[in-house]
Amino acid sequence: MTQNMGPATEASGMGLAAQVEAATLAERGRGRTAASFLPPVALGGLIIGAWYLVTYGILDERRRFLLQPPHEVWKVGFADWDNFSQILAGLWSSTQVAIIGLLISISIGLVLAIIMSQTKLIERAIFPYAVTLQAIPILAIVPLISFWFGTGRFSRVIVCVIISLFPIIVNTLFGLQSAERDMHDLFTLHHANRMTRLRKLMFPAALPAIFAGLRISAGLSVIGAIVGDFFFGRGAAGIGQLLQRFANRLLGEQLLASIIMSSALGVAVFLFFGWLQNRAIGKWYEAGPPTE
Amino acid sequence: MATTNGDSLSFKNISMTFPDGTAALRDVSFSVAKGEFVTIVGPSGCGKSTLLKIASGLLRQSSGEVAVDRERLGYVFQDATLLPWRTVRQNVELLAELNGFDPRERERLVAEAITLVGLTGFENHYPKSLSGGMKMRASLARTLTLKPPVFLFDEPFGAVDEITRARLNEETLNLFERERFAGLFITHSISEAVFLSTRVHVMSARPGRLVANFAVPFPYPRSPDLRFDSRFGELSGQIAHALRGAHS
Repeated sequence: MTQNMGPATEASGMGLAAQVEAATLAERGRGRTAASFLPPVALGGLIIGAWYLVTYGILDERRRFLLQPPHEVWKVGFADWDNFSQILAGLWSSTQVAIIGLLISISIGLVLAIIMSQTKLIERAIFPYAVTLQAIPILAIVPLISFWFGTGRFSRVIVCVIISLFPIIVNTLFGLQSAERDMHDLFTLHHANRMTRLRKLMFPAALPAIFAGLRISAGLSVIGAIVGDFFFGRGAAGIGQLLQRFANRLLGEQLLASIIMSSALGVAVFLFFGWLQNRAIGKWYEAGPPTE
Repeated sequence: MATTNGDSLSFKNISMTFPDGTAALRDVSFSVAKGEFVTIVGPSGCGKSTLLKIASGLLRQSSGEVAVDRERLGYVFQDATLLPWRTVRQNVELLAELNGFDPRERERLVAEAITLVGLTGFENHYPKSLSGGMKMRASLARTLTLKPPVFLFDEPFGAVDEITRARLNEETLNLFERERFAGLFITHSISEAVFLSTRVHVMSARPGRLVANFAVPFPYPRSPDLRFDSRFGELSGQIAHALRGAHS
């Protein structure tokens, strides 16, 4: 009985310390949101001010169409439902392309990385090509893609896959190889087979790296969908085509509104994958070196 | 592969030279019987851990023979080696899971082991919220679920603070008094060695050889106050002396 007192006391003591620490962190976190909210908002105000200055102070009336004032952008690009719904439709079309491309990248990337993690030989064989894939200037193979697959949606998806695949392969592979030596020894001692080792040790250990890769690739896939639009314009118009069209027709307000919405999509994707990561592994994963 | 003369674990003329030419062990022979707790003390990097890796089959010796039943070998690593994505309960369950025990049996063994190491109430915690000592307890509990007749400890308490270490020593001792396994413990702490063991071997600097061994005469159960006994100090002094000789 006395023997059990020791650990229990120490344990509850630790629990309390941990709680206090967590509370302090939360406190600091709350203080930080208030304090960290202001500077970017203030800077945003300054930027809008500068924008007005350029529109009315620098550009004369003839050239004002180059940079319409913020409220005009709002009125024409966002508040006019006909215009805004067109932008939203384009954005949605591009988002679909980006999602399909990303899903294909994830499937190919995970499978390739898992195969590479199983044998050094295969890793050595595939890796240079994965790097080459990353190094391909997308412009250089645009003609080939349209030659083979036409200028429709499918070609846009291919662009997304080409530019978002590499981070998934590399991060997954790195993650799969991140389990410590001792952990592998533990599994070896208990005669774990390849599949068990992969399922219970390597794959869970890889999750933080996989999510980091996903976040990068998702952003790239969005870029791929927009860039793909410039070259492969058949089918439902994506946001990239709208950008081009607005620029050609000198529709500055809609052009700026589309750019803002594209950026918003990028930010939304980034936040979504951050949230997803937190949901999936936040319970157990701590970023940075373990505190001991 | 059990030994013939009743020893649970025996090493016969073990030598180990790594492929890069490093000689880690030279001609090491000793054995551990059930109910014996043998400790090896030696300077860092003398090949102590290599010996455990050879015993467990993680490494293959260059020459010599090991006899041990590897089916239910307990191996406590230097670090707690908990899987961060598993709770304490799931971590403790891991080995029983890998060894294919059925879930009902697993649950019973896990509950028992967690109680034994005093982690009750922390079953659903993740390793990141545990102290170093608690992680080590979870690691011990994980090994305990297998009820191994042979227990290998690879400097398990090196990373925790002095007070926690003393307490973990007392708990290890309690486990030993209860289970009476054959224990082989690696450490560079002399007081830890004397406090726990029935016998202490001193290993020289690389390549590791056994240069002296001391029977520890104190009967079990041992009280924490044993550390302040004059005979405890005297024996520790002798071992320290032998260890200094082994260093040069």
